[in-house]
Amino acid sequence: MRYLLIALFCLLPSLTFAAVAKDIAEDPVIEMRMMHLAEKVRCLVCQSEPVSTSHSEWSHDVRNIMLQKMKEGATDQQILDMLVARFGKSVLYDPPVDDETAPLWVAPFVMLFIGGGLLFYQLKKRRVNDVALTPQDEQRAAELLNETSSKDPQA
Amino acid sequence: MMRFILPLILFLILSIFLYKGLGRDTREVPSPLIGKPAPAFALPTLQDPAKQFSPKEMQGKVWLLNVWASWCEACKDEHPVLMEFSMQKMLPIIGVDYKDKREQGMDTLKNAGNPYDQVISDADGKVGFDYGVYGVPETYVIDKTGVIRFKQIGPITPENLRDKLMPLIAELQAK
Repeated sequence: MRYLLIALFCLLPSLTFAAVAKDIAEDPVIEMRMMHLAEKVRCLVCQSEPVSTSHSEWSHDVRNIMLQKMKEGATDQQILDMLVARFGKSVLYDPPVDDETAPLWVAPFVMLFIGGGLLFYQLKKRRVNDVALTPQDEQRAAELLNETSSKDPQA
Repeated sequence: MMRFILPLILFLILSIFLYKGLGRDTREVPSPLIGKPAPAFALPTLQDPAKQFSPKEMQGKVWLLNVWASWCEACKDEHPVLMEFSMQKMLPIIGVDYKDKREQGMDTLKNAGNPYDQVISDADGKVGFDYGVYGVPETYVIDKTGVIRFKQIGPITPENLRDKLMPLIAELQAK
């Protein structure tokens, strides 16, 4: 009897866990939707982690608020807009293209353009250097080639 | 000559960007709430749950909203700065006890002193969320028309109180 009681007491903690889990996973469809959306949101406390996997209390709160808003019928976009209005665009992993973020989106192409231009310029300059050979140069080159081949014991 | 100047210019541009990046705290995210009306709310005060506070009461005044908690370590560094600042009676300071237990919040104020004109209890953090709080302490300067003018993330130090907050408050009060 005593062992049975002890065993029962050992099971007590699992009861409380069950209660917590039930609250969050009430509706698996909304839960899935929330977790999917939470992947797009940056945890501001931990930064290089999305809200979906972060264990920070802030992320936990954000997930709960997302769930609650979804139950109230908010769309994914409305929820993201709500977060941006409070925490700024940097909460989104994929920030929108607008006046403020445009330089970030355009910069790589500008750099590619500058780099490509420089490369083109350099290559063109080098080609010009290669071309101009006079008949004298050609003759000298031929002589040099003959010289080396006659020195070659194999020839 | 060009061979040397061009890489030098590129290097200098890169250095400027890297140098600017050095002094930057990447955890500090610029708040989109600056220049916007402070979100409305009505919350019970910490000392008396029957009494409520709402930002509407502060219309016509420049005021400070300071979010803190008894469990927040950085708030302990900030507390003496706030205590000293409150002695100057420059403006009303409203404290928000964020995600805290009432008794613990009250204990903290009893032991360390109370720099606040009013303290409100945001036990579930809902108001903190509306104000974009993600790390306590955070402090907002709100102007006479109820617009957020400045947000300090992290503790107020004597330096930024003197160099940033006080000049801004004086400027807003003169308006």
